[in-house]
Amino acid sequence: MKRLLKDAWARRSMSVLSFFPGFLVLLIVLGLFLKSRAILGVQPLSRLLLGTAWHPLRGEFGLLPFIAGTAWVTVTALVLAVPVSILTAIYLSEFAPRFIREAARPLIDVLAGLPSVVFGVWGILLVVPFVGDVLAPLFGRSSSGYSVLAGGIVLAIMIFPTIIHISLEVFASIPLSLREASLSLGATRWETARHVVLRKGSQGILAASVLGFSRAFGETMAVLMVAGNVPIAPKSLFDPGYPLPALIANNYGEMMSIPRYDSALMLAALVLLGVVLGFNVLASRFLVRVERRSR
Amino acid sequence: MTARGLNGTLGKRKRTEVFFKVLMIGSTALVIGSLLVIVGAILWKSFPALNLSMITRTPKGGFYLGKEGGILNAIAGSLYLGTGATALALVLSLPLALYLNLYQSRDSKTAVWTRFSLDVLWGVPSIVYGAFGFLIMMFLGLRTSLLAGILTVALLEFPIMSRAIDEVMRLVPKELRDASDSLGATRFETAAKVVVRQCLPGILTAVLMAFGRGIGDAASVLFTAGFTDRVPTSLLDPAATLPLAIFFQLGSPLPEVRARAYASAAVLTLIILLISAAGRLITRRYSKHVVK
Repeated sequence: MKRLLKDAWARRSMSVLSFFPGFLVLLIVLGLFLKSRAILGVQPLSRLLLGTAWHPLRGEFGLLPFIAGTAWVTVTALVLAVPVSILTAIYLSEFAPRFIREAARPLIDVLAGLPSVVFGVWGILLVVPFVGDVLAPLFGRSSSGYSVLAGGIVLAIMIFPTIIHISLEVFASIPLSLREASLSLGATRWETARHVVLRKGSQGILAASVLGFSRAFGETMAVLMVAGNVPIAPKSLFDPGYPLPALIANNYGEMMSIPRYDSALMLAALVLLGVVLGFNVLASRFLVRVERRSR
Repeated sequence: MTARGLNGTLGKRKRTEVFFKVLMIGSTALVIGSLLVIVGAILWKSFPALNLSMITRTPKGGFYLGKEGGILNAIAGSLYLGTGATALALVLSLPLALYLNLYQSRDSKTAVWTRFSLDVLWGVPSIVYGAFGFLIMMFLGLRTSLLAGILTVALLEFPIMSRAIDEVMRLVPKELRDASDSLGATRFETAAKVVVRQCLPGILTAVLMAFGRGIGDAASVLFTAGFTDRVPTSLLDPAATLPLAIFFQLGSPLPEVRARAYASAAVLTLIILLISAAGRLITRRYSKHVVK
């Protein structure tokens, strides 16, 4: 009897806990929304999102330069990371000998586990000088190195593991018999990879890229340290950019002294959260479809 | 299938194969190489800054201006914060994962929605957790403190740990639970004595992973844990952390202060590498009680 009571008690308290994740999601969205209402009540959303002037002291909170900064850095990272990650995933799943596969996995896990400040320090040590002293002169530009490109390179390396992992899982779910059919028709291994594995896994690859995108979009510290942080929308890869997360991180200290500043930053966090969640839900829908088909 | 890619002579197709193979090997080398370059550059640059007095003393005369002292404040703060947050996250994650796997069927509405929410939380950027943690802190009337930092980082670790434990528990064979149930165990007894025991290596790995994520995250503690020169003595003291020690001190014009940033980077990187090595060791060796 005592044991049954214990079981019933455990069940009840655990079932309460199962609502916690959903509750937390709502709480985060609601909390940020309530805090950003102070500024939404004064200025229309369109002016906040599309305004280009960022002068907190004059009460001008245009977020466009930061949204543009985030977009530049993220897209740069994606353009660099997606081809490399997918080629790596194909190699590891279709071509690589066993020992390379087994050695590569844990190394990629370590890369995924490195803290973003460490990426940032490395960016300052190597990537920023490389962009400023080597790449920029090569293209006939002058740049301090603290630029969209530096941010993009560092971010690209940070999202390698995300894209590689998901692509590997997707490729593993493609039946071996499909590959054998292709090979038996005389296709080479690359032709098989391209026409069977890549085609079958295209939705999964899309999902992997979208998840990589949202990971890069929300990444803060590394980008903050190398992207330059000038609140003007960048016009080229060698211009500095000022992404949304960096804006929030940089200004928290002083925001309490200027009216509606905190509210504007909370709005920035809300925009960030909205974009990332939207893309994540999109990606998970692709992945669910992949999972269903592979069953 | 006949039209594209498969036309051309055998020689040409062979060359395409070689070309892409080189490209793929190059990509893999780039990925692995960038890890080695990052870890190598950090350690190479920061090891000279690391010595005994660096890790046993706190900074003197302010962390940004003082030329003397070490990074004990950040090491202690990070360990306190990581331990507290990981413990809190485990208290939430373990029962949640047990509930999802033992008390709910795979496709029940609760299970599907809870897992979906966990996925959503998993994707929330850490700066958003930081902002949210700041709101909680204000709401509770706290100041930047170890406690506020622990709460925020626990929220950040919670989805990571829950998902990881959930993944391990999914793999527990149904027969094992049936055997326990048929011996007359209640579901809670099966959970606590059989499933947890079976998953112990996986749970430990999940805990280590979450600890690593928590200790390395800067954006979430930036507004909540504060920064100080001293080792915190109570939950309400502000606490320095390694990532912020790097971030704040790296930009200093004084080489002595920058050395502290590099030493922090070395310690943080070593902790992360150690954690990932320990995780692999656990999955390999401590699988004694695991029924295959």
